[in-house]
Amino acid sequence: MLDATPQAGSPRSEPLLSAVSISKRYGDFLANDRIDLDLFPAEIHALLGENGAGKSTLVKVMYGLIQPSGGELRWMAKKVVLSGPSEARALGIGMVFQHFTLFENLTVAENVALGLPSTESFAAISERREKTARVYGLPLEPKREVWRLSGGERQRIEIVRALLQNPKLLILDEPTSVLTPQEADLLFVVLERLKSEGRAVLYISHKLEEVKRLCDTATILRGGKKVLTCNPRRETAASLARMMVGGEVGEVKAASGRSVARPRLVVDKLSLAPDDPHGTYLEEVSLAVCGGEVVGIAGVSGNGQDELFAALSGERRAPAQAAIVIDGKPAGLLGVTERRRMGAAFVPEERLGHGTAPRMKLSENALLTGHAASGMVKKGFIDKLATLVHVDRTTKSFDVRKAKRDPEAVSLSGGNLQKFVVGREILREPGVLVVSQPTWGVDAGAAAVIRQALIDLAGRGAAVLVISQDLDELAEIADRIAVMFHGRLSAPLDAAEATREKLGLLMGGARPERAAEEQGTKHAIGA
Amino acid sequence: MQLVLERRAERSTIVAIASPLIAIALTLVTIGILFAIIGKSPIEALRVYFVQPLTDPFPFFLQQEIIVKATPLVMIAVGLSLCYIANIWNIGAEGQFLVGAVCGSWLAVKTNGTDVGHWVLVVMLILGAFGGAIYGLIPALCKVYFGASEILTSLMLVYIANLGLDYIVRGPWRDPHGLNFPTTAAFDPAASIGTLFEGPGRLHAGSIITLVVVMLAAVMLGRTLMGFQIRLVGAAPRAARFSGFKSDRLVLFTFAVSGALAGLAGIIEVAGPIGHLDPGVASGYGFTAIIVAFLGRLNPIGILFAGLFLALTFIGGEGAQISLKVPLDLTKVFQGILLFYVLACDSLIVYRIRLLRTAAKAVPANA
Repeated sequence: MLDATPQAGSPRSEPLLSAVSISKRYGDFLANDRIDLDLFPAEIHALLGENGAGKSTLVKVMYGLIQPSGGELRWMAKKVVLSGPSEARALGIGMVFQHFTLFENLTVAENVALGLPSTESFAAISERREKTARVYGLPLEPKREVWRLSGGERQRIEIVRALLQNPKLLILDEPTSVLTPQEADLLFVVLERLKSEGRAVLYISHKLEEVKRLCDTATILRGGKKVLTCNPRRETAASLARMMVGGEVGEVKAASGRSVARPRLVVDKLSLAPDDPHGTYLEEVSLAVCGGEVVGIAGVSGNGQDELFAALSGERRAPAQAAIVIDGKPAGLLGVTERRRMGAAFVPEERLGHGTAPRMKLSENALLTGHAASGMVKKGFIDKLATLVHVDRTTKSFDVRKAKRDPEAVSLSGGNLQKFVVGREILREPGVLVVSQPTWGVDAGAAAVIRQALIDLAGRGAAVLVISQDLDELAEIADRIAVMFHGRLSAPLDAAEATREKLGLLMGGARPERAAEEQGTKHAIGA
Repeated sequence: MQLVLERRAERSTIVAIASPLIAIALTLVTIGILFAIIGKSPIEALRVYFVQPLTDPFPFFLQQEIIVKATPLVMIAVGLSLCYIANIWNIGAEGQFLVGAVCGSWLAVKTNGTDVGHWVLVVMLILGAFGGAIYGLIPALCKVYFGASEILTSLMLVYIANLGLDYIVRGPWRDPHGLNFPTTAAFDPAASIGTLFEGPGRLHAGSIITLVVVMLAAVMLGRTLMGFQIRLVGAAPRAARFSGFKSDRLVLFTFAVSGALAGLAGIIEVAGPIGHLDPGVASGYGFTAIIVAFLGRLNPIGILFAGLFLALTFIGGEGAQISLKVPLDLTKVFQGILLFYVLACDSLIVYRIRLLRTAAKAVPANA
């Protein structure tokens, strides 16, 4: 079914796509600075880098989504200008995005057909879709609406849709971020197969183990510049990390002598219907977080974590007062402000627009969560100095780098803004902290600072609940880990016994009691 | 060559101040061209519009008229700006203005001819503000409880207020000695706002109330938690919810306040310069105030200047009608063009214009 005839025998003969000295400038900011990259047929090429290193910008240039400010692209040694994704697709470049480009209310079959040129009939597309899905082992349920599907299933649609155009080059942007470890394994099989067919794969990631396992070549970007191209199998994870970060990555130290005291945050059989028709029902979620411990909630995104966060923060009320208990006092029907006054603090997943107002100054953003309980408001009037002092303290304690004393939130880099948002809450010394994706899209240095701060806060006796998709992060900081799947929360496992495989099975919906034996079988197959 | 709008890293303060001035300059150029097309000298026209009213000699009648015109515009626009900052769209200030005028006039009509004290005027002002607030709360409640678009409901309520006013002055409140004209009797001196100075000028105490409103609004927006809420809800609604603010309550609050200010402006206008209630009270201040609010960058101090500028165009327009024989509608055209440019120039605060040359060398893809 492949009519491309790649030179599988001599893979190094001629690059399929070359980026030559690509630069991309946004105002004063250079997202890409003269980057060279050669992609060869029958090769899985990793594009490695921290968030903000310029990976997404580079692939968007290669897919025709944005125009480079300098440099050029060569397709089979001929210069091309891609004025849009349709031209890229016509050449034979396919792309699977990190944030899916699917219509939630349409069916799988409709979504696949919409991505293809309209010259082909729906029936013909359906036939090809089924064939492709069978050949590559990517089962789809054509009649289901997309909003009912998990992240992994949605990704399959995107991959099949890209494959139907018979691409010579397939670009995948952070594909495993929405997958359980087991689903990721299945994806790797598909990618190996694409490689054996002579196709080129560009694989964007910041997960080093994955890249070492899968990729033949890796190009590392840092701060918009290319660091080097290497063979990842000859590198260690540590050496790759050093090249990505440009220095040693700080280790997070566990707090010593932590004593786990009484529960400070208790969720008792919390059931809640979503306010968004595509949201997830929370079903009898129960959990207790004690003072002095960090509890992690793992799970593939979209399994009810957002709904749980909204219910815990008070942005959505629980159906009963007793469903949520903060420091011994029932709080299910209370709003955000009342819960903050009880000593709780919250850090949502979205920094911009949820955790902060992007176009407001940091001092105003300090007021955003501090107005309830920090002496920033006196008789309805704002104490501007108090808000500025809070910004200064956060800046100092968390090393927030910014151009001036009180800039707009949006002008900070992701890592610095996240340090501000987390620091803003921690400096208030909350008794209960609920934080969602604390280091999402944050550079390794900032991530280490934030994780350490969470552990230290627990060390001072607070109850810390971390909702995260990053299993490595949870393994690093959590004492116990529970898994969220389809709006249900598993019983927490002690961090010591929460292996990736056990968690992965729970993330895929396995019943906890069966997880152990299935893990056994899995091992047998894997070995 | 390609023109692109590029996002600025931070909002530009300089452009935020300059943008209304750029808009005014562009409007002047456009209106000048319009005058040239209908065969009038643009220079002479602009002189009549903008210089003549300002250079009127003692006793400064036209200058006073500018302030008299600006008074309701500024007061209404300050209220509207609170709504607009919070992304709440009260388009019905004209209706709230009329209802305020009617409610306040009720007492003036009832006490007409009796010898009561000056407390009447104070109660009239309170009634006017109260009536405007209640009328403003109708679209707010419809939005909060039924999800009705406040843009439509507040606008439609203008026409209801208009017809209501018409009925009242032709029916129950008509002056029995008014030769069947649709008007109430002239208000008693106790129920009227006197002029501030001797002579023909009409400047009245309502302008001082407006100044106080401007200052209170500036303090509220910049210094209080309520002002912060209003700004936050407009800038980032999700962050506002996370902050613990209730947007429904804010909808009610901003509509009530802007309705009250419009109603207060209505009764001040009736008890002040007009002196009685008639259908001519519906002169479109509530709509012009929308332009004033945006020209003033939704900032109370800015609105003060914007209101004075718009008032200048009204007074200049009347002068132009007499000395240049151009229709008064030209003033409306003028204000429309101004609003257009103001909104267009606003994008320069967050974006900047750049000329791209690289795109000129684009090579077609040979796929």
